[in-house]
Amino acid sequence: MPPEERIAITADGDVVTARSRARELADALGFSRTHQTVIATAVSEIARNIVVYADKGEVVLRAEQADGRWGIVVVARDDGPGIPDVEQALADGYSTAGSLGVGLPGARRLMDRFDIDSEVGRGTTVTMTKWADRRG
Amino acid sequence: MRVPILRQGRCLIASVQDALPDADLRHLQQRLAEQVGAPGVQGAVIDLTVLDVVESFATRTLSTIAQTVKLRGADVVVVGIQPEVAFSMVQLGLTLDGVRTALDLDEGLALLARAEGR
Repeated sequence: MPPEERIAITADGDVVTARSRARELADALGFSRTHQTVIATAVSEIARNIVVYADKGEVVLRAEQADGRWGIVVVARDDGPGIPDVEQALADGYSTAGSLGVGLPGARRLMDRFDIDSEVGRGTTVTMTKWADRRG
Repeated sequence: MRVPILRQGRCLIASVQDALPDADLRHLQQRLAEQVGAPGVQGAVIDLTVLDVVESFATRTLSTIAQTVKLRGADVVVVGIQPEVAFSMVQLGLTLDGVRTALDLDEGLALLARAEGR
């Protein structure tokens, strides 16, 4: 299994790096072009949340295999202020930063599995997975 | 990398080259707002053909650019959104409401020319 890849997120340029690496990994694992774009877009949204809300953090990418197919697991971690109301943060159109409020709910729709672990004052970890389509 | 803004007839063409840092997108907004004020300029086409991801930040900035240019009395057409990019944008809930789109640069320029002829 390929080793995991860590991308430090400290500025908006790192958001671009994180999504490019995610696309490369998805491509190497045999994901379709559409799914590569879906994964890169979801990574972009959660990496940007780190920059906007927590200033810095990291995105970890790794491959996982289950039932004979590959998945890509994305973990986005920060030590920022945390999310007081995760349910509200997952509602479409809710934002405390004046943005469109589609990042978290949108990333959840784009991926197959999506979990948030957040504690006020301690930070937020988003873990999300996308599975490749089964071949033949 | 700065987005080059070309002029063709009465239209400006901004070809977004690569995954843009935020500062470059904001810079594009400022330059387009200024340059649509040049004599004879009637509209602008923003070409996203080479972008492989268009997420919420970029969408919000594009909407802002379109609104800014409209307030300056010119038209904007966004062109070149790739099929898989469009798919991801819709999943995210990003529809670019109020921003005109066309398939590619040719159709975008044709749309602006028709708008002018109205």
